[in-house]
Amino acid sequence: MSSANQHIVSLTGRSKVASNKKMTFMERIYLPAIMKGFGITFSHLFKKKATIQYPEVTRPIAEIYRGKHVLKRDDEGRERCTACGLCALACPAEAITMIAAERKPDEMHLYREEKYASVYEINMLRCIFCGLCEEACPKEAIFLTNEIVPSDYERSSFIYGKVILVEPIDKRVDISKRQTPAVLNFKKDKNQSHNI
Amino acid sequence: MDGNYILYKFILASAILLISLLVAMYSTLFERKLAGFFQDRLGPNRAGIFGIFQPLADGLKLFFKEEFMPGSADKFLYILGPSLTMMIALLTSAVIPWGNSIIINGVEYSLQVADINVGVLYVFAILSIGVYGIMIGGWASNNKYALIGAVRAASQMISYELAMSMAIISIVMMSGTLSLSEIVNQQHGFHWNIWYQPLGFLLFLVCAFAECNRSPFDLPECETELIGGYHTEYSSMKLGFYLFAEYINMFISSAMIATLYFGGYNFPFMDDLGLSHNAITMIGTIVFFIKISFFGFVFMWVRWTLPRFRYDQLMRLGWKTLLPLALVNIVITGFVIMLKNHS
Repeated sequence: MSSANQHIVSLTGRSKVASNKKMTFMERIYLPAIMKGFGITFSHLFKKKATIQYPEVTRPIAEIYRGKHVLKRDDEGRERCTACGLCALACPAEAITMIAAERKPDEMHLYREEKYASVYEINMLRCIFCGLCEEACPKEAIFLTNEIVPSDYERSSFIYGKVILVEPIDKRVDISKRQTPAVLNFKKDKNQSHNI
Repeated sequence: MDGNYILYKFILASAILLISLLVAMYSTLFERKLAGFFQDRLGPNRAGIFGIFQPLADGLKLFFKEEFMPGSADKFLYILGPSLTMMIALLTSAVIPWGNSIIINGVEYSLQVADINVGVLYVFAILSIGVYGIMIGGWASNNKYALIGAVRAASQMISYELAMSMAIISIVMMSGTLSLSEIVNQQHGFHWNIWYQPLGFLLFLVCAFAECNRSPFDLPECETELIGGYHTEYSSMKLGFYLFAEYINMFISSAMIATLYFGGYNFPFMDDLGLSHNAITMIGTIVFFIKISFFGFVFMWVRWTLPRFRYDQLMRLGWKTLLPLALVNIVITGFVIMLKNHS
C-alpha cells in the first residue's frame, strides 16, 4: 500500500496540484469577480452574432454536399435509371423503394434502358444522406445534390416520388462536382468487388 | 372631493395600471432580446420588426393552451394563487411618485395615485403578502416539486425581507419620513441617496433580486432541479399570470430602487434649465422611466451573468452577510446623523 505522503509522479507532466489555499478578503467578497463577469457579458452585447437567419440567409454549402437526391437524365433527355434495385439494396436506412416496368416501343425517347422505374420513392425521413445509393448505381442515375430537403408539416409529404426526384429536361442539375474522374474510375475499377 | 378630482384619480390610476402591464409585456421581449445578445444570438425577430409583436404572440399562445388542472388539486386555492400574485404585483404602483405635479388652470395635480405618509411601510406590507400567491399556488398544486418551490420561496422571502427593511431603515433615518414623495423631494437635483448610502443601495439591490425571485436567487422556480418549482402544475394563462407578475415585480422593484436611491424624477440641473413647472415635471417623468429601464436592464444583465445560488449559500448570504451589513449600515448612519446634529 502506498503511504499517504508518497509523492505522485505525473506521467504526462500536465497534471496540476489542486490548490486549497484560503481565499483573500477581496476574493471572499466576490464583488470584483462579479464585476468582471458583468464586463464579460456586457462585451458580448456588441459581438458579432452567430445566428444565420435561415430562410433568407443560408450558410455556405459545399458543392459536394450530400443533400436531396436527383434522378439524372442522359444527354438526350432519357431517364438513366433502369430499376435494378442496387440503390435500394445498398441503402442502410432502407429508404428507397421502386417498381420496375418494361419500356414500350413508343417510349424509346423517355427511357434509356429497356427496363425502367415506373415508381421510384425515397423516404426523406429515413434517408441518412450517406451517398451509398449513388455509389451503388451502375447507370450514373442517382446523385446527391447540394440542395437541402425542406421542412414540412406532414410525414407523408416526405416520401419523394419521381415527380420531385427526376431532373426536369429544361433545368438540368449539375452534379459534375460529385461525379469527378476519380469517382468514375473507381466505379469502373474491376479490382473493386462491386464492379465484377 | 369633487367630480373633477375623482376623474383625475381614475385616469391616473388607469394610466399607471396600463403602463405597468405594457412595460411588463415588453420587458419579456426585452429580456429575450438581451438573453440572445448576451449569448451571441439575435433573439426573437420574426413577429414584426425587431419582434415587436412577440409579446402579443406569446400572450395569445398562453390563452390558447390547454387549461390543465391536476385532479388532486384544491380547485379554489389553485385559481386563487396566480390571481393573488397578479393582484399584489399591481398594488405597489399606487404609492410610487411617477412624477412631480402638473398645474392645470391653477390646480395642482400630483402624479402619484396615493401619497400616503407610510408609503415605505405600505410597500413592505404588500411585498410580504406577495409570498402568499406563490405559497398558495405551490400548496394547491398537490405536487412535491411545487411544494418544495413554495417552501423555498417562503423562507427566501422572509430571510431577505429582513435585510431589505434594515437597508431601508437607514434611508428613513436620513430623511426622517416614511412618505415616498417626501423621500423623493429631499433628493432634489443631484442630492441622490446613493451618494450617502452606497452600502445600503447594494444591500437593497441584492435583496430586490431575491424578493423578485430573479436569478441568481431564482431557487423557487429553478428549472433544473424543480421543473419550474411552484408553477410546475400550472398551464395556460394561470402560468402566464405567474410569469407576468414576475415582470411587473421587476418593474416595480426598479421603480423603488430609482425612487429610494436615485432621486426618482429628480435630475441634475433641473433648476437651471429655466423651464416651466409642467415642463420640468414632464422631463422628470421621462428621466424616471429612463432610470427604471436602466435597472430593468440590470435585472436582466444579472440574470444572464450569475449562476444560481445553492440553497445553503442563499441562506448564509442572507442571514450571515446581508443582515449584519445592514445593521452596521444603520449604526454608521446613526453615528453620522448624530455628528451632524451636534456640530
